Amino acid sequence: MRILVLTKPVPDPAAGAERLGPDLRLDRASSPTVVNGNDEYALEAALRLVEAHGGEVVILAMAPANAVETMRKALAMGAHRGILITDPALAGADLPTTIRVLAAAIAAAPEPFDLILAGFDTSDGNGGAVAAGIAVRLGLPLCSAAALIEPDLAAGSVRVRRLSAKGYDVVEAPMPTVLSCTQALGEPRYPSLKGIMAARSREIAVRSLADLPEGLAPADRGWATKVLSAAPPEARAVGRTVTAGPADAAREIADFLADRRLI
Amino acid sequence: MTPMIVAVAEVADGALTRLSTEIATLARTLAGEAGGSAAGLVVDAAPDAAAAQLAAYLPRVVAVASPATGRETWAPHAAAELRRLVDEGATHVILPTTTDGRDVGGMLVALLGWGLLANAEGATWDGDGPVVHASVLGGKAITRSAFAGATGIITVPPGAVAAVEADATGSVEARAGADAPVIPAVSVLERVAEAGAAVSLEEARVVITAGRGIGGPEGFAFADELAELLGGVVGATRAAVDAGWIAYARQIGQTGKIVKPALYVGLGVSGAMQHRVGMQASEAIVAINRDPDAPIAEIADLFVLGDLLEVVPALVSELRARRGA
Repeated sequence: MRILVLTKPVPDPAAGAERLGPDLRLDRASSPTVVNGNDEYALEAALRLVEAHGGEVVILAMAPANAVETMRKALAMGAHRGILITDPALAGADLPTTIRVLAAAIAAAPEPFDLILAGFDTSDGNGGAVAAGIAVRLGLPLCSAAALIEPDLAAGSVRVRRLSAKGYDVVEAPMPTVLSCTQALGEPRYPSLKGIMAARSREIAVRSLADLPEGLAPADRGWATKVLSAAPPEARAVGRTVTAGPADAAREIADFLADRRLI
Repeated sequence: MTPMIVAVAEVADGALTRLSTEIATLARTLAGEAGGSAAGLVVDAAPDAAAAQLAAYLPRVVAVASPATGRETWAPHAAAELRRLVDEGATHVILPTTTDGRDVGGMLVALLGWGLLANAEGATWDGDGPVVHASVLGGKAITRSAFAGATGIITVPPGAVAAVEADATGSVEARAGADAPVIPAVSVLERVAEAGAAVSLEEARVVITAGRGIGGPEGFAFADELAELLGGVVGATRAAVDAGWIAYARQIGQTGKIVKPALYVGLGVSGAMQHRVGMQASEAIVAINRDPDAPIAEIADLFVLGDLLEVVPALVSELRARRGA
């Protein structure tokens, strides 16, 4: 199987150092960078599939040039090679542009992919709309919120558990298809020492807009959306700590709830 | 171009979801401020009941009977109906931040080239278009954003807008479904309901959350009892989910659900950043934890330093006593 996984380098949410720059866009230099959490579940699922069925996992990112470092971590987990689309004209790109560029990069691959995997959403953008947009650009089916992925190579189809509000739906799509992936797929592996060594020699092809069809990005960064202003959230009132024994503590909680008409 | 704002409704078990009524209210309010029109869209195998409910919130509802959505994924069909409405003059589309809503949003962005502003906590019309407020970077900043042009797509999470019915009931316009979905449809072979998943965590007014400190699957009895007394729903941290104590569908946080209840109670929840981004917008936060250094103490309105195995039973007795039961 040939599987493409979208792996977005994002500010490490655990570091808590994300901030907006003077242009009110995310300051991508302000924080240590990691592979987006949900993308790691997608990558783990892809690695398990090629371990079971054979094949190749290719990772794709559209990011600043230094994203190569973060992509190495994904290669160390076991991905075979990477493609990085990086171009100053894409800094702060809006969603329509991001979708066009990523879809064009996938379409430009010399051999087609059986599955195209993305994380359910990203921790920096939280839009969760890229996978569906790419499906439209490529004219492929979409299976979102995947919790289990079972390809049937003989039939050329894939059966997916798609999380729903009530549980899950079992859906089936012909391959190639686009999937968005959730944590329910299973814990991503840690890179082994061997994997880290191997990742050093694996190729990350660095491409710019000049390598893709013309007209994917608007001139002069004419994005479809703009941030007008940003402000810190209203600070929460300082809370109270209760150190009394269980019975007194219980009374304090009940009083608190009663004051706020929650009981 | 006169603004025309479309609220996209979702149907569950034949009825409108609460989030759909919130989105409908936002569409009507924005259209009023803009001097434009608002419409609702219901796409379902049997849309009539939900469309009638939606007409309480909007002057015009388009009810599309789409038998295919009974056996295929919904989003490619809903996006096809929205494309028709855009051809008829729709300028803005408001969607729920559910999986299906996000899918439709991504499809429309790719089809129309429109911008998308995600996770709106509110929106007001300002001159040429909506100004959308959203909490970004894990709650570190509140942004005000706008569309560069006269069109756009907004996604709205549960609880951002209060649902208010309109003064007058709107008209319902029944339509047959468009011929083709915007991408090849995916067959739904089976819809599986899981126990406990019926009540939406995101729409719950009270959320009782169990963390690693709950000690094990048997500890959830404490959370369940408190949830029942307070009329709440049980959620969990990633640690509790990773330990296999409860289903992933219950996880609150970065890679789980984002909740904003009137009351959040954390039982043995340490309050790691991964979790906080999913609950820090809760109106009232109560936490019970044995660790005085637990980060959740920084955001809790009431932080009870103690053993939840002792405090929760005492609280249950206290609540029962006050209720006179």
